[in-house]
Amino acid sequence: MASYSTSEFKGGLKVMLDGDPCNIVENDYVKPGKGQAFNRVKLRNLMTGRVWERTFKSGESLEGADVLDLDMEYLYNDGEMWHFMKTDGSFEQYAVDKKAVGDNAKWLKEQVVYTVTLWNDNAISVAPPNFIDLEVVETDPGLKGDTAQGGSKPATLSTGAVVRVPLFINQGEVLRVDTRKGEYVSRA
Amino acid sequence: MTPDSWRPGATLDTLRRRAVLLQAIRDFFAARDVLEVETPVLGHAGSTELHLDALSLDARTPAGRERLWLQTSPEYHMKRLLAVGSGPIFQLARVFRDGESGRRHNLEFTMLEWYRPGWTLAALIEEVAALVGEVTGRSQVPLRKRPYRELFVEHLGVDPLIDSAESLAALRQLAARHGGAQSADWSRDDCCDLLMSLVIEPELGQGGPEAVIDYPASQASLARRQVDAQGAEVAARFELYLDGVELANGFDELTDAAEQRARFDEDNARRRQLGLDPVAPDEALLAALAHGMPPACGVALGADRLIMLALGLDSLEESLAFDTLRC
Repeated sequence: MASYSTSEFKGGLKVMLDGDPCNIVENDYVKPGKGQAFNRVKLRNLMTGRVWERTFKSGESLEGADVLDLDMEYLYNDGEMWHFMKTDGSFEQYAVDKKAVGDNAKWLKEQVVYTVTLWNDNAISVAPPNFIDLEVVETDPGLKGDTAQGGSKPATLSTGAVVRVPLFINQGEVLRVDTRKGEYVSRA
Repeated sequence: MTPDSWRPGATLDTLRRRAVLLQAIRDFFAARDVLEVETPVLGHAGSTELHLDALSLDARTPAGRERLWLQTSPEYHMKRLLAVGSGPIFQLARVFRDGESGRRHNLEFTMLEWYRPGWTLAALIEEVAALVGEVTGRSQVPLRKRPYRELFVEHLGVDPLIDSAESLAALRQLAARHGGAQSADWSRDDCCDLLMSLVIEPELGQGGPEAVIDYPASQASLARRQVDAQGAEVAARFELYLDGVELANGFDELTDAAEQRARFDEDNARRRQLGLDPVAPDEALLAALAHGMPPACGVALGADRLIMLALGLDSLEESLAFDTLRC
């Protein structure tokens, strides 16, 4: 991989730091008038999701990370791994482990397209679309006519996610959910 | 290019107020009988300073094809005017520093630089604060002046002027803790620069201008060196801060040609160590100093930063018609 110097650090650039691939979030240039220039850099460690703050002398460089974000359709879970397939017509499949899927396991629905991040051709994370339509498999019976009043109740969705929904929602309905906040948006 | 990137970064209202502030600066000096001068942006000599990258270009001049440098400050030319007896002079100059861009930096910027022959550094510090007060409406009486070492002791618990292995280890550790820096092999000055920028600076000049004095001798640049009250060698140099922003840097100017040549050589030796190209010393400046420059104090102030603070703006690009991204 190419290496990148501090002046090339832009949001979204993928670099290696302490052995882990990282995504550059922010790069701030500071310099005392007569002194050494520095770059204060915020990087998200793509393995752990943690944000690191590091200061480099301007002109230092980091090796690029071979990281790719690819669209892949979720196929099935075999009890241990989650299997995805590229949407480019190659039918190429990737098995993703629990560490990479993490909390997003609760948003995985067959035939939906997810963003799978590959590092050196291994899947390291899975991101769901911002909005996804899921069926309610369990909730208290809906309250008729209660469409204007506030109030909410928990509902379990087909993927296992639990979200707060309005009281009028019934089992079997399909809902649009915001996966970033884990919130009900509307009936689908 | 985005569809809107032809537009200025500053609003028209900002540009109108900027013009008023530049006029206020000129009025300030006119009232004090300081002569406005203009010197060339291009010069035959670059800056030897370790942490300044000057831009250069090839030009056809009366002498033929030559490499000329874009100034990083108007200092050398202005000192040559002092050497022929100009008396007090000021300039609003365009200067260029390669690689410098950020919220508080732009590759090309306006520097307000002035010289006071026969003045003490203390008198010049007061004048800088008076100018800042006049332009921003923010003043602090009496002006706070803090020695560099005292700030380090207060904020970080380490005295950077004690030249010991322990204090160097402590500075490296602090740079790692506060900056997340891999600072195990950093020099004392690099650690100090990082800690000054990240930890101390943001606290300086809150509520009104504040000066830092008695810099480490290793950071003297073109300032005279002297001994402080505790017997350590320090630079006769100050910086002025407002709202955590470094605004100005001033010296009791070095006027000794031999010492000046030695500093140029020192810079170039360090440049070579770091794998940087050495820069030929400015022989015209050295000749002027040999001829005799009167003792003088001088200061350079970032005019765009001053305007940014005066107008309550958050970044330099909002105070400039077109920053380097838009030019």
